[in-house]
Amino acid sequence: MNTRVTSIAFNTFREAVRDRVLYNLIAFALLLSGAAVLIGQISIDIERLVVVNLGLTAVSLFGVVIAIFIGIGLVSKEIDKRTLYTVLSRPVRRWEFIVGKFLGLAGTLVVNTFFMAIGVFGALFYVAHKFSRPDAFIFVALYFIVLEFVIICSLTLLFSSFSTPVFSAVFAFALFVIGSFANDLRNFAGMTHGVTRWVSTAAAYLVPNFSALNVINTVAHQQPLSAQLIVQNSLYALFYAATAVCGAVLIFERRNLK
Amino acid sequence: MTARSRTTIVASTCLVVSMTASMLLLRHIDQIRPPAIVDDALYLSSPKLVKRTALGFDGLMACIYWTRAVQYFGHRHFNGEMSYGELAPLLEITTTLDPQLYPAYQFGASFLAPQPPNGAGQPDRAIKLMEYGIAHNPDNWHLYYDLGFVYYTELHDYKKASETFERGSLVPNAHPFMKILAARMAEHAGDYLTARMLWSATYEGSHEKSIRRNALEHLRALRVDEDVANLQAAVTRFGERTGRLPVSMTELAAAEHLAGIPVDPDGNPYQLSREGRILLEKPDDFPFVTGGLPPGYKAPPPEFHNNG
Repeated sequence: MNTRVTSIAFNTFREAVRDRVLYNLIAFALLLSGAAVLIGQISIDIERLVVVNLGLTAVSLFGVVIAIFIGIGLVSKEIDKRTLYTVLSRPVRRWEFIVGKFLGLAGTLVVNTFFMAIGVFGALFYVAHKFSRPDAFIFVALYFIVLEFVIICSLTLLFSSFSTPVFSAVFAFALFVIGSFANDLRNFAGMTHGVTRWVSTAAAYLVPNFSALNVINTVAHQQPLSAQLIVQNSLYALFYAATAVCGAVLIFERRNLK
Repeated sequence: MTARSRTTIVASTCLVVSMTASMLLLRHIDQIRPPAIVDDALYLSSPKLVKRTALGFDGLMACIYWTRAVQYFGHRHFNGEMSYGELAPLLEITTTLDPQLYPAYQFGASFLAPQPPNGAGQPDRAIKLMEYGIAHNPDNWHLYYDLGFVYYTELHDYKKASETFERGSLVPNAHPFMKILAARMAEHAGDYLTARMLWSATYEGSHEKSIRRNALEHLRALRVDEDVANLQAAVTRFGERTGRLPVSMTELAAAEHLAGIPVDPDGNPYQLSREGRILLEKPDDFPFVTGGLPPGYKAPPPEFHNNG
């Protein structure tokens, strides 16, 4: 890979770590260990389900919040601190800056997810006292969550390339919510006619489909996931993120930084 | 001592003192204020709306609603309340969020079906819940077993119970016991042996401690009911033979050629009242018995055990 992109990505990761992003792991560990101990006493027969559901939901939500709140500042902070001019005065292309930032943020979230995954499996072992073969599907759910992060990182970067941090956060969060309802949007499109149908179908395909990437409940019930779904979701996330990053590059290339 | 160290010590002391004072004050405030009324209101009563607001994290929301249902039932059951108005909606929301959450059907039906104070007294809602579960999990034979159980124990609809066990027995990998239960239900639904078979199957088929304990209590109660019925029949026979009631259990045992005075599952001898009724020595130890209870007996509030 381009060494300049790698350097920017690595510095973005280092900056996130310096911003104490990984401190969320403490909250995560407390949440999960608390739930694992408490739920057996206040509920019936769902200890394992809670650990998997709560663990994966927390991984997803913590990651989405980190992706949005770091992603929105990736470009604007560099402009405010005027460090962007130092970077771009070197032989670094604008697209390399954007791609590097994207990879750095995605890398931060992968590392974060890795540590959280250890926590999820630790809590699972604590309540179940053993691992079973279907528990391996939790890895697939974690992988899909990472794909979700990749899409959100690309979207926040896209918004931060032309908007203020506040609006970028609002846009990204709104898209996350709408993307969670993507299947409903598609069903709604199917029920309408004429122009409304065209518009709603276009909107349904334009927003990211996060519901397809959410298999938390399926793996919590130890149900298998098809290889086809894994491949197609991977390709979908890759293409969608590439689209958003390309959009960010195009906007940033034309942005007047004076 | 540097200025910085002094500040640290003073600030730390203030922090500890303030925190302790606020906690003590709060305890005092709690004592003088009227106790908060537990709000049973369901702010979102539509299962579909709750599902939408879950943003795809349906599984976690189902676990939360299931825990809420358990807490709601547990609180009311413990307080001996007779109405469980929010229980069925809570269970419906839970199962809409996660139609595969088996404990919500299994325990939910046992919360809903029995008459108060043991349950909500809503066997129709329990049946609806179980049918919803079967529709979404047609390969789970346990659901048919639990539904048949509701028909058998609460509605005494042996025909429906038999049909349900029969339906369940057709599910791939169903326990062979389902076929036996279906046949038994059709022929000998009301006898003790059938009831014992059902509760034994429940005891052996579950790994959940509370279910096993409940099944064990029912099995103990069945033995008591059967003993009391047999002894009561012996008292009647004695009366027919001698024209009077036996004066003691010793006399009854001798007349029936029993090896000794009959005892309940805990080893306590059965008592004979002056009116010729067979009574338990410690009825509080058998929460599910229907016979052997003194006239006007009121069961104590249920005990809650730890999982261990």
